[in-house]
Amino acid sequence: MEKMQQVVGRARAAFNSGRCRSLEFRLQQLKALERMVQEKEKEILAAIKADLHKCGHNAYSHELLGVLGELALAMDKLPSWAAPQPVKKNLLTMRDEAYICPEPLGVVLIIGAWNYPFVLVMQPLIGAIAAGNAVVVKPSEISENTARLVADLLPQYLDRELYSVVTGGVPETTELLTQRFDHILYTGNSAVGKIVMAAAAKHLTPVTLELGGKSPCYIDKDCDLAVACRRITWGKYMNCGQTCIAPDYILCDPSIQSKVVENIKAALQEFYGEDVKSSPDYERIINKRHFKRIVGLLEGQKIAHGGQTDEASCFIAPTILTDVSPESKVMEEEIFGPVLPILTVKSVDEAIEFINRREKPLALYVFSNNKKLIRQVISETSSGGVTANDVFMHALVPDLPFGGVGNSGMGAYHGKHSFETFSHRRACLIKDLKMEVVNKLRYPPSSQKKVDW
Amino acid sequence: NPYAELVARLRAAWLSGKTRPMEYRVAQLEALGRFLDEKKQEILEATALDMGKPRFEAEFSEIILCKNELHETLNNLSHWMKDEHVYKNTATRLDSAFIRKDPYGVVLIIAPWNYPIHLFLVPLIGAIAAGNCVIVKPSEMTKNSEKLVAEVLPNYLDKDCFAVVTASVQETTRLLENKFDYIFYTGIPSVGRIIMTAAAKHLTPVTLELGGKNPCYVSDTCDVQNVAQRVAWGRFFNAGQTCIAPDYILCSVEMQEKLVVALSKVVNDFYGSNPRESPDFGRIVGDKQFQRLYALLCSGQVAIGGETDEAERYIAPTVLVDVLPSDPVMQEEIFGPILPIVTVANMDEAIDFINSRERPLVVYAFSSNSKVVNQVLERTSSGGFCGNDTLMHVTLTSLPFGGIGSSGLGKYHGKFTFDTFSHHRGCLHRNMGMEVFNALRYPPYTQQKLGMVRAASEVKRKGTCTLL
Repeated sequence: MEKMQQVVGRARAAFNSGRCRSLEFRLQQLKALERMVQEKEKEILAAIKADLHKCGHNAYSHELLGVLGELALAMDKLPSWAAPQPVKKNLLTMRDEAYICPEPLGVVLIIGAWNYPFVLVMQPLIGAIAAGNAVVVKPSEISENTARLVADLLPQYLDRELYSVVTGGVPETTELLTQRFDHILYTGNSAVGKIVMAAAAKHLTPVTLELGGKSPCYIDKDCDLAVACRRITWGKYMNCGQTCIAPDYILCDPSIQSKVVENIKAALQEFYGEDVKSSPDYERIINKRHFKRIVGLLEGQKIAHGGQTDEASCFIAPTILTDVSPESKVMEEEIFGPVLPILTVKSVDEAIEFINRREKPLALYVFSNNKKLIRQVISETSSGGVTANDVFMHALVPDLPFGGVGNSGMGAYHGKHSFETFSHRRACLIKDLKMEVVNKLRYPPSSQKKVDW
Repeated sequence: NPYAELVARLRAAWLSGKTRPMEYRVAQLEALGRFLDEKKQEILEATALDMGKPRFEAEFSEIILCKNELHETLNNLSHWMKDEHVYKNTATRLDSAFIRKDPYGVVLIIAPWNYPIHLFLVPLIGAIAAGNCVIVKPSEMTKNSEKLVAEVLPNYLDKDCFAVVTASVQETTRLLENKFDYIFYTGIPSVGRIIMTAAAKHLTPVTLELGGKNPCYVSDTCDVQNVAQRVAWGRFFNAGQTCIAPDYILCSVEMQEKLVVALSKVVNDFYGSNPRESPDFGRIVGDKQFQRLYALLCSGQVAIGGETDEAERYIAPTVLVDVLPSDPVMQEEIFGPILPIVTVANMDEAIDFINSRERPLVVYAFSSNSKVVNQVLERTSSGGFCGNDTLMHVTLTSLPFGGIGSSGLGKYHGKFTFDTFSHHRGCLHRNMGMEVFNALRYPPYTQQKLGMVRAASEVKRKGTCTLL
C-alpha cells in the first residue's frame, strides 16, 4: 500500500531536514508530550477504561504516572545523555581527540501492545524522540479506544511529519514492516516477535523485542508468607493478569502450598472484597478470544479458589490452581490471565532445575528471608530481570534496563536505556595532520626493528 | 542435522555452569594468549600462504592487536563482571538494585577471510570473558588459516565448552538451523541478512559487522604529503582487503592533481618502483576476487599502478582518477588495492554525495582546518569516524567498533565485546519488611490514595518514578 510508503517517506524527509538534531527541538517536543498527558488526562483514562475496564486510579498509576516520570527524567537528563563521551586514549593517540558521539538512528518504528496500551507506546516514544529520531507509532488495534485516541492526540501536540501514528491490524502492520526503518521496537508475543525480526532482517534493521514467557515465582519455606502472598496477589491479578511481568506460576514446597492458598485468598479479600465482580478495582479480559483461551486452561485442573467466569463481560474471577502438573496446558503457554497455578517442588535446587528446563522468562521472582538462597537462585538461572521479595518493582527502577533474553526478547529500554537503544554510538577519532614522524613506524618498508618496537 | 550433537554437547556443558567462575574464564583466556605466542610462526606462515600477507601486517593485525584486546580483557575482567549498582528512587531506597552480567549460553562466531585470526579471536575473547560456550566457524576461503585454527586451537581450550567447526556455505546454512543464544557475524551485508533471518527463527540476538564504501574527503587545506601517506597506508594495507579501508576519495579537481603526485611518491616510498617485488605488499585472496577487481580497473583513468598478474593474484597499488559515480568501481565495496578519486566542487557537495549513499562503516575526512573535519563529522552518519588518518580508530579499545544501517548492527572491541556477549539483567532485591510503605499501591483504591500518589509524583521534576 502506498500509504505506508508515504508515511515513512515523509518521516524520512523530515528527519533528513535535520530539525530534530537540536536538543532544544527535542525538549520542546517532550514538553508538548507532557502537556498532552496533563491536559488530556481524562480522555486517556476514559480510553483505557473502555479498553480494559480499568478504574481511574489504576490507569493513572499503571500508565500515566510512569509516562510522566519518564518524561521528567528525559527532559532533565537529555543534555548529559546526548553529550559526546571522551574515552581513554593510548600512547599513539595521546594528542588526539577520541570520544563516542551519540547520534540519532533515523526513522524508528514502535509497535505497541494492548495490555498497557498507552504507556507501551509512550515510553518508547519518549526515548526515540529524546534520541533525535523520527518515529512511526503503531498502537495495538486490540485496545482500539486507546489506539484511536493516540492517533487523534499525537498530531495535535507533536511535529506531524516527524512523528506519525499508523492504525490498523495485521495486514496494515505487515505492510508497514516491509518498509525500511532504522530501528524497530516491538512489544508483544514471541511468535510475532520472530515475524518482526525476520522482516527487519531484510533491511538489516536492529530490533528491540519486548516479548514474554512464563515468569516463575519461587516461594521459600523461610519467608513471611503473609507479606509475600500479598505482594504476589497484587502483581498477579493487576490488570486481570494481563501483564508481561506478572508472576505466571508459583513453585513451592508441598508443605506450604495450602498456606500459600490461604494467604492469597486473604489478600484477595482485602483487595477486592467479597464480590470481586462488583469491585471497581478489578479489570476484565480484553476480548472474547482471550477469555475463551484462558477458560480453556482451567480444564481438568484442581481449582482451589475462584474459577467463576462470565463471558458477556469477559469476567474471570481471581483463580488459584493447586497440584498442577508440569505437562498440563496451563503450563504450556504464558497465561496472561487471572489464573495462578501452584506447582510443588521439594527444594530450591529442584525449582532451579525446573526453571532452567524451560524458555528464559521475562521476569523471575523469589521470596525468601535467606539472602544466600536468593543469590543462588539469581546466579543459577537466567531471565530478563529479577525482583526478589516482591514483584514488578525492578521494572520501576529507571536505571535498570528492562528487557528479555532468549524467548522473552532482546534489547532493553526504560530511562537512559531507551535513549541508548534509539541512538547510534559513533566512535570518533580526530587526529592532527602534523606529527607525521610518529606514523613512520607503521609504514612500509618494514623491518624487524619496527615490529619489535 | 549434522551439528545438532555438537551444539547439544556444548549446551550441556553450558548448563553445568562450568564457564561461569572467573578463574575458569581467566584460564581459558590465558590459554588463548599462549596460542598467540606459541603459534605465532604458524599464524604468520598460514596468512602468508593464504593471501601473501606481509609479515609486518600479519604481526600487527593478527597478533599484536589481538594481544592488546586480550590484555585489556584480563586486566579488567573482574571489574567488568561485577554487578553494576544503580541509583535508586524513593520506593526502592532501602533495596539493592543492580545490573547482573549474565552469559547468554552457547554462542556462534562466524569469521571472514581477510583477517582470519583477528576476526574470530577478538570476538572469542569477549565471548569467553562473558562466560559463554563458543563455536567458532573460521572462513573456508583461507584454507591454511582455517586448518590451523581447526587443528591447533582446540588443544588450547576446554573441548567441552569450545569447538571449531569447518564448513562450506551449504554446511554453514545447516549449522545456522540450530539454536544459538547469540550469533556474531563478520562479513558482507547480503549474508548478514541471511544470518539475521536464520537467527529470527530462534529469536537469537545478533551482531553483524558488515561493510560498505568508506568515503574519504580531502579538503583543499591540508598537507598533501601527509594525507597521501595516511590514505595510502589505509588503502593498500592487506592489499586493500580491509573493511575499514578508505574506499574512495572525494576532493576538488585541483586536489586530485596534487594527490596523484603525492600518492605516486608514497607508493614508491612504501613498495619501491615495482611493488610486485616488495615483501610488504599483499595479494588478493582468491581467483574470484581477483577477477572481480580486475573488472573494476576500467573505471575512470589509471593514474598510478594498474598492473596485474593473474597467476600471482597480484594487483598493483592503483589510483584511478576522473571516476564517475556511475562507474563500476563506485557500485560496490572495492575490497582491493584500487583507490578511485571522484571530484566534487566543495565540501557541501562531498557531504551530499556521502549522504545520498548507504551509511558506511567509517567516514574519513582530511583537513588542517578542524572546522571542516567537524562539519563532515556532524553532517554525515557512519559506524565510526576518523579525522586526519585511516584505520587507527579501531586500535583504541575504548572506542566501540561497529556499523550502522547496511554496514552493520552492534559493536565490539574492549569492554564492548564483553557487553555484547552478556545479557544485562536488571535485578532488584527488596526487603520483606517495610510492608506499610506498599500500602498505597494495594486496592481498594480511595480518592485519598490517588491524591497521595499524585502529590508524590508532582514533586519529582528531578525525575524518577515514585511510590506505587
